[in-house]
Amino acid sequence: MITQQTLPPPDPVVTPELVKKHGLTPEEYERVKSILGREPGYTELGIFSVMWSEHCSYKNTRPLLKTFPTRSKRILVGAGEENAGIVDIGDGLAIAFKIESHNHPSAVEPFQGAATGVGGIVRDIFTMGARPVCAINSLRFGELSSPEARRLFAGVVSGIAHYGNCFGIPTIAGEVYFDKSYEGNPLVNAFCLGVLRHEQIARGAAKGLGNPVFYVGPATGRDGLAGAAFASQDLTEESAEQQRGAVQVGDPFMEKLVMEACLELLATDCVAGIQDMGAAGLTCSTCETAARAGTGIEIELAKVPQRAPNMTPYEIMLSESQERMLIIVKKGREEEVRRIFDKWDLPWAEIGRVTDTGRMVVKNHDIVVADIPAKKLADEAPIYQRESREPAYLEAVRAFKLSQVPDTTDPERDLEVLLAWPSIASKNWVYRQYDTIVRASSVVCPGSDAAVLRIKADSLPAGAEENAGLSFPEKLIALTVDCNATYVYLDPYEGGKIAVAEAARNLACSGATPLGTTDNLNFGNPHNPEIFYQFRRAVEGLAEACRFFDAPVTGGNVSLYNQSPAGPIDPTPTVAMVGLIEKREHVTTQWFKEAGDEIILLGEGMDLADPLFGLGGSAYLQTVHGLKTGTPPRCDLGREKSVQEAVRTLIREGVVRSAHDCSEGGLAVALAECCISQQVARETPRLIGAQVDLRELPEPRLDALLFGESQARIIISVKSGQAAGVVERAREAGLPARRLGQVGGGTLEILTARGKVESRLEKLHDLWWNSIARAMR
Amino acid sequence: MNFAVLQFPGSNGDQDCVHVLRNVLGQSSSLLWHKERGLRGADAVIVPGGFSYGDYLRTGAIARFSPVMQAVRDFAAQGGLVLGICNGFQILCEAGLLPGALIRNRSLQFRCEFEFLETVTRNSPWTNAVPGGKLLRIPIAHGEGCYFADTPTLAKLEANDQVLWRYVNAKGEATEGANPNGSLGNIAGICNKARNVAGLMPHPERASEEILTSADGQLIFRSMIQALEAKNVGRAA
Repeated sequence: MITQQTLPPPDPVVTPELVKKHGLTPEEYERVKSILGREPGYTELGIFSVMWSEHCSYKNTRPLLKTFPTRSKRILVGAGEENAGIVDIGDGLAIAFKIESHNHPSAVEPFQGAATGVGGIVRDIFTMGARPVCAINSLRFGELSSPEARRLFAGVVSGIAHYGNCFGIPTIAGEVYFDKSYEGNPLVNAFCLGVLRHEQIARGAAKGLGNPVFYVGPATGRDGLAGAAFASQDLTEESAEQQRGAVQVGDPFMEKLVMEACLELLATDCVAGIQDMGAAGLTCSTCETAARAGTGIEIELAKVPQRAPNMTPYEIMLSESQERMLIIVKKGREEEVRRIFDKWDLPWAEIGRVTDTGRMVVKNHDIVVADIPAKKLADEAPIYQRESREPAYLEAVRAFKLSQVPDTTDPERDLEVLLAWPSIASKNWVYRQYDTIVRASSVVCPGSDAAVLRIKADSLPAGAEENAGLSFPEKLIALTVDCNATYVYLDPYEGGKIAVAEAARNLACSGATPLGTTDNLNFGNPHNPEIFYQFRRAVEGLAEACRFFDAPVTGGNVSLYNQSPAGPIDPTPTVAMVGLIEKREHVTTQWFKEAGDEIILLGEGMDLADPLFGLGGSAYLQTVHGLKTGTPPRCDLGREKSVQEAVRTLIREGVVRSAHDCSEGGLAVALAECCISQQVARETPRLIGAQVDLRELPEPRLDALLFGESQARIIISVKSGQAAGVVERAREAGLPARRLGQVGGGTLEILTARGKVESRLEKLHDLWWNSIARAMR
Repeated sequence: MNFAVLQFPGSNGDQDCVHVLRNVLGQSSSLLWHKERGLRGADAVIVPGGFSYGDYLRTGAIARFSPVMQAVRDFAAQGGLVLGICNGFQILCEAGLLPGALIRNRSLQFRCEFEFLETVTRNSPWTNAVPGGKLLRIPIAHGEGCYFADTPTLAKLEANDQVLWRYVNAKGEATEGANPNGSLGNIAGICNKARNVAGLMPHPERASEEILTSADGQLIFRSMIQALEAKNVGRAA
């Protein structure tokens, strides 16, 4: 509490050094001056610095982002329009979803960095008027043999658990990879999905001349000062130490109250516009709402609730204190805001009003500290066409030949090594710490190809009371997040395509048709032409594949400068995809169901046109041979689509008992996962064996047959006696299909031209289920 | 029957309880804001899961001072049925309505997973509808669910048949491996001596429909409904 009004220290004089410290180039500074028609003040310099950071402006990537497909009949709010995209799911219902990174904060302070990553994305969703109903995440760390990687991994997971569990949102899916390239720069990408009716969509626009501007939520402190600018630099040891103060501190309990109060307020129809204070806090929310509405906004900082004494206007404007919202209220309806926020015991303050000047005017005790044209600040950041050059390492990658490595001599052991490899091993050590089931809607929890969530009346913004009379057909949403960054590193274009294809394939295996995509583009420093090449080619691959699968990009996030002194991360364009399942009977899981069921492979046994037979960049080459090289598998989008459509058709016909896609570790790992991945309860897996005969598949090398990662392949199981018919119909539709064998027994038996590979399920399960827990002990 | 589901700031299982009671079991049920001082004529009270007051200070420690809790105490003293689930169990222990305490999980981590529960006694308004010998498959989701009480209290609980559920393995054995949080005696849920107040850490409301892979949780709510109906019949007679 401020008991005594003392004057904050005077603002520093704006010098070229100070400009440079704010990450603005001399040219950008000239542009600032020409927009203002004068030199900026210190607070204004800070405002331009955060708004023109990559995190807020996408200044290095915007031209390429424009190549993404962003439209379909279902898109109600498109990419870049608002805080999150919104997609129609029929019957007057819609979903809002988005993914966002919190990489640098998590590198510096893993627990709070990851926790506030969840908090930020949840706010983006309820800002749209939607009730957040599930979260997913995508994480990358160094190898678990590194104590630092283990520390970051444990901290990030507990931070996500802390925030999501307390807030009361199920964390229902995710992916985790471990690779040296992330050693000093982990990736934390958090996704949230919310539900609303079409007419409930809220906008982040400061509409209506004279409307009051409200600040709601906890007081502003010095935490998270200029976090957006911090996120837009390389990470160094020095910066990590210095920037610890740029990491925000999250309070999920507060966020839960703010969300309930905001949804209650939105239901009253007294809100003209709403926006969360996320990156760049009060700065971003005020100038963006004014820019969207084509209005102006004027605020008085003395009215902003403050947690610390003597805060300067610069600090108040740039603070990223969490759980705060900006609400533009219809004039005359102020009393309703007071009533609702008082009910929830939440702080609120009327801090300004909407003007028609087109300017963002910030006063402190009546003295103007910033006066900037809002639209120019928000929408006219400089745009750069960065130079792009093919990375030198790709030549060696392309030169790799299989003759350089011997074929497997011990396939049983290699299968065990793969299942125990942390990137493939079960992630139960992670998701058992997440509440995956709060809201009583989680139909398929983590551990299958895609998670499935049902939407019911209380998934909507208004509470159970208001929704009591509401009825609509049951809706089932499938979610997945995918990216094999090794592929992207070895071939950015094909790797980008595969990330999308795999996400769509995971949805298909669960019985879903893709609705839309949100992507998180995690790359190194864009000023390096080789890094920018990775970015450009990966975006081309993503865009082409999203277009092909009719899964338009509804929004997302770009995170650049992901590099530590050891080098850049592998390019990681994370793809989160959401799909719709028509009926509850169509929900399909990856594990085998009953002894006697027949196993079918949909798709080619192996891509024979690929000289590496799917082993390029494979988990097998990385684990067994210690090599991260070779041209990755090719992604034939046409083939991919036909196999996905086939599995959906078969699921709808009711013949499919399980469906699992082949990805890392190839056919053998996929088959093993079908046998061991059903978990009934604590320490109670349901293991079910299989006898598989691969002798009719091409076998240029045994390792390629078992562990090659050729794309567009799905393993399904059907009831005994139905395999022949299913195979025949698939072939009639032009899709290669083959009966591989039968479910049952206590072992996984794979017959090949070079003999039998036989593994005990208990052993496979133990390696797969417990490896990460053992590494973390 | 009319169920009041309490709503504290930070409750997050409140809507799930209302959903199951109303939409699955056809009962009347509504949320009761924690600042209320009466129970609006409810036949039974559910104290739901969540993180009331952010679990600040100690789980359940602040919620017990909410105005509505005095009404709950009075209701319980008159024999009314009060069920605490997860955070609700913690609140009832803090409020002195149930003996013992719930402390940090042995693993020091949050745990969310399905468990098998043995119903120890069917002699209670919480278990009378559970078929004999049936293991319940119901999930937990908590960081502080390790049931703890001193030895005399535990002995009294056992002697008075107050232990309602234990964590067991698929064979029904209360082993160390089946214990997700270190609870003494694998205790998952208990009732008071008068048997009208109960608490459990597992979430029956998240396992009351086949689409969520288990409907076993219904048996606990059905037991309550059966007990309330019997009571009404008794009154009428």
